[in-house]
Amino acid sequence: MIRVENLTRYYGNFPAIENVTFDVEKGEILGFLGPNGAGKSTTMRILTCYMPATSGKATVAGFDVFEESMEVRKRIGYLPEHPPLYPDLDVETYLDFVAKIKGVPPRDRKKAIDEVIDRVGLQDVRKRTIRKLSKGFRQRVGLAQALVHDPEVLILDEPTVGLDPKQIIEVRELIKSLAGKHTVILSTHILPEVSMTCQRVVIIDKGRVVAEDTPENLSSKVKNTERILVEVEGPKDEIQQKLNSVPGVKSVSIEHANGTARFVVDSELDKDIRKDLAQAVVSQGWGLLELRPLDVSLEEVFLRLTTKE
Amino acid sequence: MKAYLALLEKELKIVFSSPIAYVFIGLFLTIAGFFFYNIMAWFDRISMQSMAYAQMYRMPPQPINVNMMALRPFFHNLTIIALFLLPGFTMRLFAEEKRQGTLELLETSPITNWQLTLAKFTAAWILWGITLALTGILVGMLFFFGNPEVGQILSGYLGMFLVGGAFIAIGMWFSTMTENQIVAFISALGANLVLLSLGWLSNFAGETLGKLFANIDPIAHFDDFAKGVIDTKHIVFYASFIFMGIFLSFMSVESARWRGSR
Ligand SMILES: Nc1ncnc2c1ncn2[C@@H]1O[C@H](COP(=O)(O)OP(=O)(O)OP(=O)(O)O)[C@@H](O)[C@H]1O
Ligand SMILES: [Mg+2]
Repeated sequence: MIRVENLTRYYGNFPAIENVTFDVEKGEILGFLGPNGAGKSTTMRILTCYMPATSGKATVAGFDVFEESMEVRKRIGYLPEHPPLYPDLDVETYLDFVAKIKGVPPRDRKKAIDEVIDRVGLQDVRKRTIRKLSKGFRQRVGLAQALVHDPEVLILDEPTVGLDPKQIIEVRELIKSLAGKHTVILSTHILPEVSMTCQRVVIIDKGRVVAEDTPENLSSKVKNTERILVEVEGPKDEIQQKLNSVPGVKSVSIEHANGTARFVVDSELDKDIRKDLAQAVVSQGWGLLELRPLDVSLEEVFLRLTTKE
Repeated sequence: MKAYLALLEKELKIVFSSPIAYVFIGLFLTIAGFFFYNIMAWFDRISMQSMAYAQMYRMPPQPINVNMMALRPFFHNLTIIALFLLPGFTMRLFAEEKRQGTLELLETSPITNWQLTLAKFTAAWILWGITLALTGILVGMLFFFGNPEVGQILSGYLGMFLVGGAFIAIGMWFSTMTENQIVAFISALGANLVLLSLGWLSNFAGETLGKLFANIDPIAHFDDFAKGVIDTKHIVFYASFIFMGIFLSFMSVESARWRGSR
C-alpha cells in the first residue's frame, strides 16, 4: 500500500532523512519509532505530499506522492504533529469544512461527521469553539479531522501526545480497530506504544532506518540483553557449551559460516563479558577469529526512547 | 468549484465569527466619517460664502456643485484609507494559515492552489464590498445638502471596489511570503505607498517614464470613476492588476510545494 524507497530529504546541507526504505502492506499498522529529531515528521510530510523529497521515491496506493499528488491526497487522512485547527470555528463547522475539502459527497457528510464525533468522543463539545477546548480535546479534533472521510491510508504523527492516560488507551483502541480496512502509519517515541498498537515497527534514528521487525522480536532483542558475535575455529558443540558457562551469558545460538562457526551470544545488559568470552575460547586453544558487539545503534536508540509511560 | 465554495465559506465564517471583520469595518467607517465631516464642514463654508456673495451682488445664489466639491474628494479619501487599512486585513490571509499549521491540512487535501488563492481573494473582496456598502450611509446624507448625481455615485463605487481589489491582491501576495503577519502588513503597505508615489513622481519623470509610472498607480486610474466616467481601459487595468496579484500568490504557494521551503 505504501512503498518508500531510498527517501532522502535535506534541509540546506543537513540531511533530515537519508535513504529511508520500507513498505507497508494493506491493512497493516506500522509503528514509526524514533527519538526526537529522528526524521519521523519529515518522512510523514513527504508521504502526505506536503513536502517534496530531495531524492528517492514514495508511492501510496500505487500513486507517486509528487507526480500524482492529487490521487494520493484523496486517499489519505493525516494528523500532523500540531493539529491543524481553526480556533474560531466550532468543532462541527470545522469537521464539515474538512469533509468538504476532502470530497465527501453532500449526502454522506452529516453521517460521516456524526460517526467520527462518536468515534473519537467529541459528543459533548461538538458545538464548542475550538479555541475553548483543552489540549486533549484539540488532539481528538485533529484525529477526527484525519478520519472524517474514512480514508484508505492514515498517517498519524504522534497521535497520543497531550492525552491523559484514559484517552491514550481509547485512542490506541481506536487505532487498532482501524487495522484490516485501513493502512496506518503512526509515529511515536514511546516504546510500549508500538508494542500495544502495531504489527510491525520501523525504527529510525538520525535520519536512518536502524531496524525493522515485529514489536515482539524487537523487545526481546532489547530486554536487558546485549548481543555479541563470536566467530571461532573449533568443535562447535563444545564451544557452545563453553560459551554458555561464562557468567552473565543468557543464551548462545549458532550461525554457520564456511568452515568456522559464528555464535550469537545474548548477555545481560550493563555487563561487559567480552573479555571473559575471549579468555574462555583462548584457554581451550581454539582460534578466536572475531568478537564484536551487534546492533549497537539499536541499543543506543533504545536508550534515547521513552521506555516507560 | 465545490472545493472553492467550501474554502470561501470557511474564510467568511472565520472572518465574521472573530472580531477581525468588525474591527476592520468599524475602523474604516470611523476614519471615513471623520473625513466626511471635514469635507462637509468645508462644503458648508463655501456654500455660505457663495450665498453671501450672491446677496452682496444682488444675484440669485449659485448652487455649489455637490458632485465635484464633496463626492469626488470623499471618494478619493476612501481609496487612501483603503490603501492603509486593507493590508491590515490581507496580512492574515496566508500568514495565519502557516503560523497555526492549517496550511498543512490545506496542502495535503485534494484541492488546488488556484481554488485556495481565489477563495481567499473572493472572501476579502466580499468584506471590502460590505464595507463600501456601509459607507453608503454617509453618501446618502449628501442628498440633504444638494443633488448628488446617482450615476457618479455608482461609478465611484465601482471604482473603489476595483481599487480595493487591487490592494487586496497585492496584500495577499505579501501574505504568502511569510508567516509573520506584521511583516506581511508592513511590506504590503510599503508596496502600496511605492505605487502611490510612482503616480505622484510621474509628474516629474520624463515623458515615457512618467507615462509608465502613472499607469501602474492604482489610484491614478480611479479619478475617472470618481468623476462619473466609466472607461473600459481602467477596468482592464484593474482586472489585469488583480489577476497579477492572484497569479503571484498562486505561484508563491505553489512553488513552496516544489521547493519544500515551509
Ligand atoms: N524546516 C526545517 N528546517 C531545518 N531543519 C529542520 C526542519 N524541520 C526539521 N528539521 C530538522 O530535521 C530533523 C528531523 O526532524 P523531524 O521533525 O522530522 O524529527 P521527528 O522525528 O519528527 O522529531 P520529534 O520526535 O521531535 O517530532 C531534525 O534534526 C530537525 O531539526
Ligand atoms: Mg515529529
